[in-house]
Amino acid sequence: MTARLARLGSALTPLAGVVVLLALWQLLHLSGAVDALLLPAPEAMMRALWNGFVTGPMAFDFLQTVWRTTLAFGIAAVIGIPTGIVLGASPQLYRSVEFVVDFFRSTPASAMFPLFLVLFGVGDEAKIYVASFGALLVILFNVAYGVMNARKTRILAARSMGASPARIMRDVIFWESLPQTFIGLRNGVSLALVIIIVAEMFIGSSDGLGHRLIEAQMLFRMPTMYAAIFAAGALGYGLNWLFALLERRVVHWGGR
Amino acid sequence: MTAALRVAHPRPYAPDAEITIRGLRKTFAGSPVYEGFDLDVPKGAVVSVFGPNGCGKSTLINMVSGLMPHDGGQILFSGKTIAQTRLAYVFQNYREALFPWLRAIENIRYPLRLMGLPKHEQDRRIERLLATMEVRFDLSRYPYELSGGQQQTVSIMRALVVEPEVLFLDEPFSALDYEMTLAMRDRLQRVFMETGVTMMLVSHDLEEAIYMADRILLLTRRPTRIAAYLDFSAPRPRSAETLTDPAFVALKREALEIFQREVRA
Repeated sequence: MTARLARLGSALTPLAGVVVLLALWQLLHLSGAVDALLLPAPEAMMRALWNGFVTGPMAFDFLQTVWRTTLAFGIAAVIGIPTGIVLGASPQLYRSVEFVVDFFRSTPASAMFPLFLVLFGVGDEAKIYVASFGALLVILFNVAYGVMNARKTRILAARSMGASPARIMRDVIFWESLPQTFIGLRNGVSLALVIIIVAEMFIGSSDGLGHRLIEAQMLFRMPTMYAAIFAAGALGYGLNWLFALLERRVVHWGGR
Repeated sequence: MTAALRVAHPRPYAPDAEITIRGLRKTFAGSPVYEGFDLDVPKGAVVSVFGPNGCGKSTLINMVSGLMPHDGGQILFSGKTIAQTRLAYVFQNYREALFPWLRAIENIRYPLRLMGLPKHEQDRRIERLLATMEVRFDLSRYPYELSGGQQQTVSIMRALVVEPEVLFLDEPFSALDYEMTLAMRDRLQRVFMETGVTMMLVSHDLEEAIYMADRILLLTRRPTRIAAYLDFSAPRPRSAETLTDPAFVALKREALEIFQREVRA
């Protein structure tokens, strides 16, 4: 009995922070230290979230953001992984493009908005491509490093067994690069989400979580704004969790 | 070409040699490691390679096994080139040599897949090997789920499954604890007795080098030459008693004297 209680207790431990945060929020709201208009009760935020998803447009906004992020990330992965493998396989080739990759990887993707707007107009393309661009470089960089840092002993082992360079690439280096590739994918999807949300705010959008956020702010619908922030946070957290899960499944040998 | 070689290296080709090395040359960063190095490894013998730190023990078997290029000289396997010979290699660091994304049994199967053998032939060879090795752990596990000794056993099986003509082992037990090392030596000895495969074994432990070997190759400091090429013909299977046998003790003393002379030289 006590063991079961202890287990339940340890399962609930991670929720303690959430409870404390909500309690502080509620207290701050009740104390009146902050204008109730700026900081509504948590309950008001949750009601706005519920209404937004059930009867309002927020479910659609959420799905639009998910869809754009998925497309942006998909494009980035489809281009980034093979390119990263090719570049990583030839350190000399990688060194020749390293500066360009590092430069654009360090450039804030938001600085590219105007360029992509000019190139692709104000539609979805500009948003998706600029997010792809940001995520692509992160993924490519990590994949290339994963390939370059493949364990020399494993490559030697495969060669000593008579594996051709193509087989070594497919049977050894690809797998060796997977842990680092997943780091790239996880960072890439997070970055894609950030860029998509910002793009939805500022590049003529009529839907998406970013749009909902900025609209609620302009109309001073604070509970809706908090609800949209929460939805965006949950989306980011969910994506990260999904990739962590996928990584544990695929790279089962990681860190062991 | 043969004539020229004979002039440069008067040492004749031994007919019973599995590996014939003549005039081997290797330079690292301008300083010679091997210069006109000759060696015969008898067919079906275990040859231990022992010598001072950095003398190029691993370099030698890496060159002979083709993992590392050499700058000059000739290495033949019963008169054949390396491309015509089936070789296998066991690395010191099994953790980095096995493929952690494959189950142990698939690691063992991998070289057979590379050879393009049909599935039933792969299974047949693995079955035969399992019978020799007396494996008592679950081969459907991943390498990281196995102990160090089990992982190195998988490595050795992966090397043996192709039925190599020569097996190279680079300090295969140095990452294992003493108890496991003793068990693995005996396992490897059993493999040798059953298959009679020619082995070149690098060891940093003189006792192990002698215990395992038919011939002990003692090397000098760089540029590396043969300090001595000793015989040890104690009957197999050897056991803990072998280690206290007067012949073993005498040979170990002799080898140690040669080694110390070379280290001081």
